[in-house]
Amino acid sequence: MRLTACARNYTLPPDWSKNPKVSGFFGEHFMGRFAKVLQSSIGAKVAMAVTGILLVLFIIAHMLGNLLMFAGPEATNAYAKGLKDLGALLWVARIGLLVVFLVHIGSALRLWRMNQAARPQAYAVSESTMVTYAGRSIVLTGLLVLAFAAYHLLHFTLFATNPEFAQLHDAQGRHDVYRMVVLGFGNTAVSGVYLVSMILLGLHLSHGVTSLFQSLGINNPSYNPLIKRLGPWSGVIVAVGFMAIPLAVLAGVLK
Amino acid sequence: MDLTLRVWRQKDGQSTGSLETYQVSGIIPDMSFLEMLDVTNERLIEEGKEPIAFDHDCREGICGACSLVINGKAHGGFSGTTTCQLHMRKFNDGDTITVEPWRASAFPVLKDLVVDRTSFDRIIQAGGFISANTGGAPDGNAVPIPKPDADAAMDAAACIGCGACAASCPNGSAMLFVAAKVSHLAHLPQGVPERGQRVLSMVARMDEEGFGNCTNHAECEAMCPKDISISHIAKMNREFIRATVRGE
Repeated sequence: MRLTACARNYTLPPDWSKNPKVSGFFGEHFMGRFAKVLQSSIGAKVAMAVTGILLVLFIIAHMLGNLLMFAGPEATNAYAKGLKDLGALLWVARIGLLVVFLVHIGSALRLWRMNQAARPQAYAVSESTMVTYAGRSIVLTGLLVLAFAAYHLLHFTLFATNPEFAQLHDAQGRHDVYRMVVLGFGNTAVSGVYLVSMILLGLHLSHGVTSLFQSLGINNPSYNPLIKRLGPWSGVIVAVGFMAIPLAVLAGVLK
Repeated sequence: MDLTLRVWRQKDGQSTGSLETYQVSGIIPDMSFLEMLDVTNERLIEEGKEPIAFDHDCREGICGACSLVINGKAHGGFSGTTTCQLHMRKFNDGDTITVEPWRASAFPVLKDLVVDRTSFDRIIQAGGFISANTGGAPDGNAVPIPKPDADAAMDAAACIGCGACAASCPNGSAMLFVAAKVSHLAHLPQGVPERGQRVLSMVARMDEEGFGNCTNHAECEAMCPKDISISHIAKMNREFIRATVRGE
């Protein structure tokens, strides 16, 4: 370690015995401790990784549900009805998902602000050898996917953009999700927004999924080649899986 | 060799600096980068101008005093090479070389290319030490340490604390430095008594100093003159999670 002559800059060695004792992670100060961990740089990174895993699992489940479109109207509408019939459980899942989203986005924005402050002056000549486009733009792609998610909810969940979607019912009186999707993606501009957003989501995952392993401390020469590929592959699979539906509607495969 | 140097000149911490251009001729390819700057300074002094201030000490790549971002890369960006070990034969006659100081809010510029790196000293003071009892020296081999652990600790201990990681990180994050220190001591039995408190205190100090956060680009690993691996950052993250879950 390099030592400097600036003795005035030295602080006294820390007295750890003065640190307040907390009775374990699940002790009485759980929420206070949780908040403190989230304040820390590594704590926030771990929170990003854990919420990231939950969001990826949600995205994969969502994608698999969407792919039922290829199984026809019966399978799609029955699946949608099954989800709606969960009732209270559905709300628990929705609120849980919202909390996970908020922790992920909140931590991301806090970390981003700290990172901006840590490098106030840019280099006149900047040469990066390792920084990828997906890694560099992960905050931007995240925010754009967030904006897309808001539009997506207004479009297919709340029907704010297309109130007529609420009136679609199939022969058994179920909400006709299949028709709604075919009608919705029949609009080229709407399909375009979905297609571009899924490419952005794929870019986001291609850095994020690989990155979350490192944040959780999982770095081992035996698994690293797999972890390195997992991000880009999950990005491609998720993007292609979601894009298949608007593309199939535009191509006339789904009608 | 004839070179065009673009060097960051800044009078002191309060002034705003700028890049100044100098023409340097007669550079021998076997000179180190710092010797090239020495020659430039001698000529500046002869012309009655203020020489360029830069940090240096051992000039054999082990002290961590030299710094410099050369053409946008910390220490010039050659694998396992500090600026003092970087030779002019790596450049071509007629090249334009841009030299800037480390840029990070926790490394304020003191003068020209010299930055204040005492933030690293304060991080070390927060926990980068072990408790050693006084008395008779224990036998060297009395404490068995598995070979892989000894190797991992030695790899981490190679860190010279130069700050290239924080300088090259797009987020100004010092995590590779802190991780090297945490990982070094966490791999050895001598570091066990303070294991949990060490990582929590050093990370807290790192945050207080205003360093950024890791976004897993691994730019630091590529620029580190001691080739410290980001696997040590993963180790630090594990240590942090362990200490937090144990409620330390």
